[in-house]
Amino acid sequence: MFYRETGQFKTNYADDQAIFPIAQDRWGIYIILGLAFLAAPLIMDDYWGNAILIPFLIYSLIALGLNILVGYCGQISLGTAAFMAVGSYASFKLMTSFPGLDFTIVVILSGLMTALVGMMFGLPSLRIKGFYLAVATLAAQFFLIWLFNKVEWFYNYSATGQISAPERTAFMFPVTGPSASVLYKYYFCLCIVVITALATKNVVRGRIGRSWMAIRDMDIAAELIGVRPVYAKLSAFAFSSFLIGMGGALYFGVWLGAAEPTEAFGIDQSFQILFMVIIGGLGSILGAFLGAGFLWLLPIVLKNFMVDMLGLSTAFSEHMQVIIVGALIIIFLIVEPHGLARLWQILKEKMRLWPFPH
Amino acid sequence: MNMHSSVNSTTAFDTSSQSDQDVLISLDHVSLSFGGVKAISDISFNIKKGEIRAIIGPNGAGKTSMLNVINGFYHPQEGTITWRGKVRRKMKPYEAASNGIARTFQNVALFKGMSTLDNIMTGRGLKMKTNFFWQCLRVGPALKEEIANREKVEEIIEFLEIQHIRRTPVGRLPYGLQKRVELARALAMEPELLLLDEPMAGMNIEEKTDMSRFILDVNDQYGTTIALIEHDMGVVMDLSDRVVVLDYGRKIADGAPKEVQSSQAVIDAYLGVSH
Ligand SMILES: Nc1ncnc2c1ncn2[C@@H]1O[C@H](COP(=O)(O)OP(=O)(O)O)[C@@H](O)[C@H]1O
Ligand SMILES: [Mg+2]
Repeated sequence: MFYRETGQFKTNYADDQAIFPIAQDRWGIYIILGLAFLAAPLIMDDYWGNAILIPFLIYSLIALGLNILVGYCGQISLGTAAFMAVGSYASFKLMTSFPGLDFTIVVILSGLMTALVGMMFGLPSLRIKGFYLAVATLAAQFFLIWLFNKVEWFYNYSATGQISAPERTAFMFPVTGPSASVLYKYYFCLCIVVITALATKNVVRGRIGRSWMAIRDMDIAAELIGVRPVYAKLSAFAFSSFLIGMGGALYFGVWLGAAEPTEAFGIDQSFQILFMVIIGGLGSILGAFLGAGFLWLLPIVLKNFMVDMLGLSTAFSEHMQVIIVGALIIIFLIVEPHGLARLWQILKEKMRLWPFPH
Repeated sequence: MNMHSSVNSTTAFDTSSQSDQDVLISLDHVSLSFGGVKAISDISFNIKKGEIRAIIGPNGAGKTSMLNVINGFYHPQEGTITWRGKVRRKMKPYEAASNGIARTFQNVALFKGMSTLDNIMTGRGLKMKTNFFWQCLRVGPALKEEIANREKVEEIIEFLEIQHIRRTPVGRLPYGLQKRVELARALAMEPELLLLDEPMAGMNIEEKTDMSRFILDVNDQYGTTIALIEHDMGVVMDLSDRVVVLDYGRKIADGAPKEVQSSQAVIDAYLGVSH
């Protein structure tokens, strides 16, 4: 009844191609942005910021990056955590080599650096597909993490082999280091995520996004209508890695504050993010947020519910979490490969017809 | 409405002989084999500008392979291909596409996860030039380009009468409509040469009539040269200007539909296979 396209006539193609052509969607986005920018500060404290909202934003950004590659371009990757590591180490080197550099610039440069590395590791995709490509990206995962452990230059020869973020500012506000306020950190991540999501939405609606999807759906036909596989695949690797690299810089610089390669960027991280993309919805921007939110919040909710309310053991709650996530992945892969985002879409289609389904 | 002005104006002829002027593409002594299997043996034929050229023959005769050679998907081991008067070097499919060769497939090869509109818009990719940064912003030139190409696509949508399925994911469309969307996607490229691989296979009479009309209209209104593989002899007789007949990878007849139909070699080939 209330969610309707009816009566919203488009008189030109510009309106028809607007980012959210349906007014109700537009209002939904405005409300969410309003809440994120204006209401979140009211509840912001250490717990909400560091345990929930900031990691949610950062994981959303990284999941968005991976979704470009896997969901839009159909190229599988298991090297996500390694690309996060590239972003993290690039930001660490930039922060320590150029102390005066604004952290915004650091994040962007780290993203660009990761894009280069991502493109390099994307080269095998020009020859191999599917399972074989997955194995090749797995090689990236192990090689890069080994590199960051081995070459002392990357962690400035620190005795522990760890990297830790010094205090840096973005637009004069400190956003990294121990004394940065959680509110600034939150706003910084929010701005980057919102701008990136907008840009991504634009790209996937245009020529380049269509060339990615064409390669994903039918690569031979794509080439025969003039899509150059080299350009399409490498640009997907580059843009995807750019987002993951920026995410990595935030993950290390803003959120963790310190990192050690094997633990912070292990293969389980790569899988965690792949699961976010699958559960959230392949080939959907909303899906990246839903997947990141779901997988990040699930353990927290489970812990609160099982341990604090039902008094079960922490270990039990953790096992339950693994079982639930595993079951969901199987269900989504078999029943609804387009994930939570598709479920939301189906709900909207139902609402459009409600209360007269026929 | 002339969609081909851009293609035609850039067409360069540098042929010396007068009679070759109207030949768009010519294949000379082309052979193609896969390991031991000879798909095409020593075939020569040409396609003239503006004609509808039918390629017929029993299953496995090498018709699809022929189209694959023309648009650079397969590279023949022997023979030469002359495109617009110039001997063509080994050409990649996307190069053939940017040279104005479009095609549809025997088994529908649409982009299943995309809507009808996006499938056809993808066919405009070669006409769109704005770079990544403009596309991120989607303002100024990027938006202008998107809208200009959308208008072109809407023309094609109207032409092929598929307005009602504009937003539908193509995977949900019935087979006949999928074939039509595939034709729309190829037309979006504003090709000079359009290769149609069994565009009417699996269609009912009504759908075949529609498709025949579209093919004639494309040829008529846009001046597109068409090479068409088709099994329905009635359709071939109605549509084509000239017919080439293949059997076991060899050319067994070539000429006007009437001549070919009455040729003994053709009758034998068809009798031999289908009865
Ligand atoms: N990619 C390929 N690999 C091996 N053999 C092929 C390939 N493509 C076609 N062929 C063979 O070439 C011959 C001609 O096939 P095709 O061109 O598809 O025939 P048609 O389209 O006339 O039915 C067949 O014997 C087929 O098996
Ligand atoms: Mg065939």
